[in-house]
Amino acid sequence: MGEFFQSLAAHSFLRNALFAGLLASVACGVVGTWVVTRRITVIAGSIAHAVLGGMGAAYYLRVVKHWEWLSPLHGAVAAALLAALAIGWMKSRGDEREDTVISAIWSIGIAIGVLFLFLTPGYKTDLMSYLFGNIVMVDAGALRLLVILDAIVLLAAAAFYNPLLAVCFDEEFARLRGINVQFFYTLLLCLTALTIVTLIYVVGVVMVIALITLPVSVAGRFSRKLWQMMLLSALLCGFLTTAGLAISYQPDLPVGATTILLTAVVYAAVSLGAGLHQRMHRRASTTAAADREGDKT
Amino acid sequence: MTAPDVTTVPAVSIRDLWFAYDGPPVLREVSFDLAAGDFVSIIGPNGGGKTTLLKLLLGLLSPTRGSLRVFGRAPDAARKRLGYMPQQISLDTSFPVTAIDIVLMGRLGNGFPAGPFRRADREAAETALRDVEAHDLRNRGFFSLSGGQRQRILIARALASGPDLLLLDEPTASLDPAVQDDLYELLTRLNRRMTIMLVSHDIGVVSKHVRTVVCVSGQVAIHPVEAISGELARVLFHGAEDVKLVRHDQCEGGHPGHPPGTRHATHTTAGHSERR
Repeated sequence: MGEFFQSLAAHSFLRNALFAGLLASVACGVVGTWVVTRRITVIAGSIAHAVLGGMGAAYYLRVVKHWEWLSPLHGAVAAALLAALAIGWMKSRGDEREDTVISAIWSIGIAIGVLFLFLTPGYKTDLMSYLFGNIVMVDAGALRLLVILDAIVLLAAAAFYNPLLAVCFDEEFARLRGINVQFFYTLLLCLTALTIVTLIYVVGVVMVIALITLPVSVAGRFSRKLWQMMLLSALLCGFLTTAGLAISYQPDLPVGATTILLTAVVYAAVSLGAGLHQRMHRRASTTAAADREGDKT
Repeated sequence: MTAPDVTTVPAVSIRDLWFAYDGPPVLREVSFDLAAGDFVSIIGPNGGGKTTLLKLLLGLLSPTRGSLRVFGRAPDAARKRLGYMPQQISLDTSFPVTAIDIVLMGRLGNGFPAGPFRRADREAAETALRDVEAHDLRNRGFFSLSGGQRQRILIARALASGPDLLLLDEPTASLDPAVQDDLYELLTRLNRRMTIMLVSHDIGVVSKHVRTVVCVSGQVAIHPVEAISGELARVLFHGAEDVKLVRHDQCEGGHPGHPPGTRHATHTTAGHSERR
């Protein structure tokens, strides 16, 4: 791992990768907290896969139709926002088959992606990088985009912390207080969509959900307020992406997969630790209760 | 509660109200008035329309037919004067939120909801917490609190907006009898400055505290609570010992012609529905 830090000074691509991981962690911690507490991780999964369709279409248009100005990222952002708006609009209609449509968007996204990739010559080898991320290929332009996405997420979090908390905690009550629940729910979905696009650059489509939920779940165990959960999960996410990069560097392992497995290990360890702690705590209190019983007799 | 309302405008005024979700009517031919300052319990069997009636008053549902006025206005327009405590916050118990966070939610909707809460909002939330004698819990995690403490926090949230009518959906469900009594004591105290309407299953407990009972089972009739707590309870519920077990067909014999007024019970019959 020491070699990683030496190489960090020498290679700009490694520095870019490090910054990309840290920048993505900010959005991940903030939006992940909303996604987990509002229980829309499946929607996040659906949006993440719809992104693949947008990327495939954009790549096709760029390579085959020579739309040089169009990058896969544009396609990704467009597809993610489109999926978010569609799901938000469906909820506003009170459609009871919400989960069906969410699953449909999921698979249609992949299908479109695969179809366009098939039609685009010479692209197939790059598919792996969109599935599992290509953090070491992030350039300055992508870093700028990550900064912009972070700014949007943080601005929204600062401005609408209270109504978003209310919408996540008790939607009906928020509506009664005159909060435009539909607006804030759709805003939440759009922020989720933008964050997913951010994270795809770090860990890829397949891994997005793990990174947006697991660090947040760990942070949730140590938080009493929503902003604490956001801060803690952003810090944890930053640590995990950095550690994933460092660990995978020398053996030349795929960064995305390494990061996710590291995240899973931390999640499992904390869950296990919490379970043990709870059991011991319970045993301690029952022993204490038994002692009190003993004193009485 | 402003003084003129007590004497002039009824807190709730319903005329020939019908309501159906998709199927048969859940509520039909409902007409009654409730004076401002009253302490009312809505009782009736499961599926009888208690929560539906509450949601109509809140403007979350619209009547299929008929009119419903809250302080002389449409529910939507009167919403600012309503405080609401839902039956259950069905959430994961790991939601990171403290008592004061929740009470502050009662202050939302005063202007465009951007930026942090203002000092006046924070002070109103602190006052609401003192009103329910739970100020010491302000920084505790909500889900680390006991059932009774949680109910107090949710009542404080409803109070934070300074309502004139407090609507509570089964505030004492699944609480110990002693905790229930404490909560009713609190509500009785709050009733000095606002109209209170609560849904309850337990006529035995309710009749000790409220002044008017509204019996809802499709139709509605209103009775003074003295009558409810005495012989009328047995008439209304066909001698059922435990009102919690009352079925649709046991809440019948409405009194649609009964003149509305204070110290009355409202009684509603007919209309079968699985949904509330």
